[in-house]
Amino acid sequence: MELSKEKMLWMYQKMVEIRKFELKVDELFKKNMIWGTCHLYIGEEATAVGACAALNRDDYITSTHRGHGHCIAKGAEMKRMMAELLGRETGYCKGRGGSMHIVDVSTGNLGANGVVAGGIPIATGAALASKRRGDGKVTICFFGDGAGNEGAFHESLNMAGIWKLPIVYLCENNLYGMSNPVKNSTAVEDIAVRGQAYNIPGVIVDGNDVLAVYETVKEAVGRARRGEGATLIESKTYRWMGHSKSDPRAYRTREEEQEWKERDPIKLFASQLMDRNIATEDELKKIDEQVDEEIEEAYEFAVNSPKARVEDITEYVYA
Amino acid sequence: MSEKTYIDALAEALREEFDRDENVFMMGEDIGIYGGAFGVTKGMYPKYKDKLLDTPISEASIVGAGVGCALVGMRPIVEIMFSDFMMDAMEWIVNQAAKLRYMTGGQLKVPMVIRAPMGCGTGAAAQHSQSLPALFAHIPGLKVVMPATPYDVKGMLKAAVRDDNPVIFFEHKLLYWTKGDVPEGDYTVPIGKAAVKREGKDITIIAGSIMVPRSMEAAEKLKEYGIDAEVIDIRSLVPMDVETIVESVSKTGKAIIVEDDNKNNGWGSEVVSKLIESDAFDYLDEPIKRLAGKDIPIPYAPELERAAVPQIEDIIEGVKEIFDKR
Ligand SMILES: Cc1ncc(C[n+]2csc(CCOP(=O)(O)OP(=O)(O)O)c2C)c(N)n1
Repeated sequence: MELSKEKMLWMYQKMVEIRKFELKVDELFKKNMIWGTCHLYIGEEATAVGACAALNRDDYITSTHRGHGHCIAKGAEMKRMMAELLGRETGYCKGRGGSMHIVDVSTGNLGANGVVAGGIPIATGAALASKRRGDGKVTICFFGDGAGNEGAFHESLNMAGIWKLPIVYLCENNLYGMSNPVKNSTAVEDIAVRGQAYNIPGVIVDGNDVLAVYETVKEAVGRARRGEGATLIESKTYRWMGHSKSDPRAYRTREEEQEWKERDPIKLFASQLMDRNIATEDELKKIDEQVDEEIEEAYEFAVNSPKARVEDITEYVYA
Repeated sequence: MSEKTYIDALAEALREEFDRDENVFMMGEDIGIYGGAFGVTKGMYPKYKDKLLDTPISEASIVGAGVGCALVGMRPIVEIMFSDFMMDAMEWIVNQAAKLRYMTGGQLKVPMVIRAPMGCGTGAAAQHSQSLPALFAHIPGLKVVMPATPYDVKGMLKAAVRDDNPVIFFEHKLLYWTKGDVPEGDYTVPIGKAAVKREGKDITIIAGSIMVPRSMEAAEKLKEYGIDAEVIDIRSLVPMDVETIVESVSKTGKAIIVEDDNKNNGWGSEVVSKLIESDAFDYLDEPIKRLAGKDIPIPYAPELERAAVPQIEDIIEGVKEIFDKR
């Protein structure tokens, strides 16, 4: 199946948006303009973008504490995300969510989640609803390798297995849960094999290759839409930065980091696009510059937005 | 209007809600052909196959999947076989269902009902017998109700299903076979409104769930001692109908609270503080008394189990003590 040039450039742009958005976030964080904590997704852009490119706008995703990338890839507006991070009234959650809880219902994004594995049963429920209603929608459930060791992961995959739910469980295996390497936390080498226990096919994909992720997820989404049930995909990738703020990354070597940086998913995709004569260096540069502008606009929008209103602090507890 | 058991009234509410709204369905363990651990859905399966989803024994994901269904516009009713097992699902009740609306600035809502049989008196001992409404009443974002009569259980379940918030719906196991008048067809009992079950002028008994019929019987017996007790069924802990309680206590000047939960930090202490914070304080002419379960896990032996929570004679004694003091 051939991707159009337009779609590939959209994918490239989304990856660049995620990278630059996060670099801006990192900068603002260091300037103490962002409160609390945040978990950067830099290095994993190909997974979110490849996966979301295989979905329709009204398909669902659930995300994790490391959710900015999924949110952007699913189509959220960066200015409202930035406003949320700065605690503004114009943010997606009106300053009640922050980095870990951004949700954008209008693009089918049911939300980032501050609890490891928090979204897994929720995604399973969204898929159950789609199955019951026959609405043809598919849910992608993003989660980390660490989340795969929570009990709810196993309960939910079992449910998806028995009910043949239209869902793709997408494990982003970035080799660490905070400081704990997968080999110390997880009894199997490949998390994908866990699908077998629940009669769900498990597939491994190179998480730094956006086209590979796209093809793999597309196939799984197709299976789901045809009523053939869930797929567990394990995307092997790497987070470049620390787990969250102030993580000196003492648990891994700089050499290892360097090896992964050499497989920068954005550079990799750029060279694929140029090698295949889909885009010229100039075209890509233009996209980069356009994204720079968007990020600046997002920032301007956010800092100039009114702060969250203390008078309304008890709003939205109950519907 | 005809006389029905609590369980039949509940089943009637379920059937009517299933028929009324295609988004309503129920999931839980053994609720299909088996008919549920307490028989609430007994006999319903042939007609409502599509509405009764048998799940694996996976409380966390049953509730979590309920949340997911609710987020995308369905109105799931989740049955937890015994309310004790809600502990397995705490994450998705407390950290997810209760908070999603707030932390997303109102973008999401969770119209879900969790039905949970609670309470002791069946000899099932500590892990199948506790009453935990107060535990959930402490969590902002949840509504917590405990209907005491067949009439209320039908009307309140309908109200809960139609509510856009997560509602924890506690059914006391000993109430299932109690009887009362239940109207045919559709009606709702608003969540957050207490009921004056018996008017009286001498003292207000504020009770919930199984303690309501016990308090009503106690009130009848108290007539023999010349005490005319008013009985209030609190019905809903969140939201709590403070107004009705304050009004009654302002009239009688005396209050006793009778609850099924254990005492320490129970909902009775919340009622007491609400009263003390209110105008009723000026009218109180005796200290408020609290009768609640002992602060112990529910024991097995029948004598111990019976002594663990207030019985009718305890309520009578408790009220009399207030008057005897004078
Ligand atoms: C239930 C729970 N336990 C612990 C944490 C603290 N915590 C946040 S992220 C994280 C590591 C998660 O690892 P993984 O799922 O692999 O995702 P990654 O951070 O690698 O993207 C931990 C332990 C939490 N948020 N929730």
